[in-house]
Amino acid sequence: MIEIQNISKSFGEKKVLDDISTVFQKGQTNLIIGQSGSGKTVLLKSIVGLHEADEGNILYDGRDLLGMNLRDQKTLRREIGMVFQGGALFDSLTVEQNVRFPLDMFTDQTEAEKQDRVDFCLERVNIVDAHHKFPSEISGGMQKRVAIARAIALNPRYLFCDEPNSGLDPLTAIVIDNLINEITKEFDITTIINTHDMNSVMEIGEKILFIHKGKKEWEGSKEDILRTENKPLNEFIFSTKLTQQLKK
Amino acid sequence: MRFLVHVGKYGLLLKKIFSKPEKVKIYYKLVLQEIELLGLNSIGLVIIVSLFSGAVITLQLAYNMDNPFLPDYLVGLGNRDTMLLEFSSTIMALILTGKIGSHISSEIGSMKVTEQIDSLEMMGINSAGYLILPKIIAVMLILPLLTIMSAFLGILGGLIAGPLAGAVTVSDYLDGITYVFNPYYVTFSIIKAFFYAFLISSVPSYFGYHVEGGALEVGKSSTQAVVTTSILILVFDLLLTQILLQ
Repeated sequence: MIEIQNISKSFGEKKVLDDISTVFQKGQTNLIIGQSGSGKTVLLKSIVGLHEADEGNILYDGRDLLGMNLRDQKTLRREIGMVFQGGALFDSLTVEQNVRFPLDMFTDQTEAEKQDRVDFCLERVNIVDAHHKFPSEISGGMQKRVAIARAIALNPRYLFCDEPNSGLDPLTAIVIDNLINEITKEFDITTIINTHDMNSVMEIGEKILFIHKGKKEWEGSKEDILRTENKPLNEFIFSTKLTQQLKK
Repeated sequence: MRFLVHVGKYGLLLKKIFSKPEKVKIYYKLVLQEIELLGLNSIGLVIIVSLFSGAVITLQLAYNMDNPFLPDYLVGLGNRDTMLLEFSSTIMALILTGKIGSHISSEIGSMKVTEQIDSLEMMGINSAGYLILPKIIAVMLILPLLTIMSAFLGILGGLIAGPLAGAVTVSDYLDGITYVFNPYYVTFSIIKAFFYAFLISSVPSYFGYHVEGGALEVGKSSTQAVVTTSILILVFDLLLTQILLQ
């Protein structure tokens, strides 16, 4: 479980996050949604510590990230898997080497054990014949799947995904969504996904946090979202004719 | 003011680079990879530039010293001292800044804008240490060797071109390069190479590591890195010459 309490963050004079509090439950797919520029990426990066929040607390199963020293933060980060928007695979390493990378850095496993784990993770994301290809040689969807495989290599307790569907076709996007959702249940981890893809919201959004102009505007489930009267959320979610018909 | 900000951020980056590595064995492998990538791949350039420059310096010295009062062996001596004191260390360092420095800056800059550095940090890895320290060690190991090689090849270039062009005889040239030879010049050259190696690897790393934006900014930072490193090399050349040749 990850609990954030009264998180605020400014860049210079501009307040990007304003007093946000919520709880992200374990074994659940939690979504942060909002328009571009609403502050959701800053919120995600603040939760993982890539941006330092100006105020508030970020509790990972009771452990406050902001109160930790650097060593404890590093230890905590080894319990976190993160999938970046562009995949962020290392260009100079093959698919297999990318997934093996955290194992090489942080475990004392034998070569055979590492290979087993790499094979398991790649198989879990349905990558079977691209082990020796470089990231530039595989499609965007495959890159995202490899990034997920790398993120779960060390058996994380927390999984973060920053817009995992951006740049993907709807079919591949659903595959990625379902994969993340399945992994969340299978390994019983706390997953937080940053997205503005409405398909994701309707497909896997068990807990949804809507950020608007840097503030928490609404939270609930995908079932609640169809009944909400919140104006900014309605404008955001039901902005197309298709979604308006869906609501009716 | 902006200069001081850069100096401060550069200092903080160095502190991060030289903090304790996560797994020494991994760093050892990375150093070997960087030696190949940054050092061994530069040997061809060093050979061509040094041979031709040594040849040209010899011919120009011979042309300018065409005087019966000046002994011919001075051509060899002049080329040797030019190579050892300035060319093989400083001029080679400036040339290699264009190759190695821009490579380092654009590599790290590209990793920054594609979130690969964030990805390392998220895994709990000291990204500055992991990416930059092996480059600094590799360049500091290989540049002094390239410097010695460059001096040798420059002198060899003169030995080939001088007699071929009829500018100096082989025996006069050999007399010149052995005449009042001061071994300290070699030490001086190696000391300078160590300083330049640190600049060539750390300054472009700094520029790459602090890139914000996209491909355009990566290109700009690469250019800035080469210009800044070149100026710093010249400043250090002046300081080191003043300090070490007194």
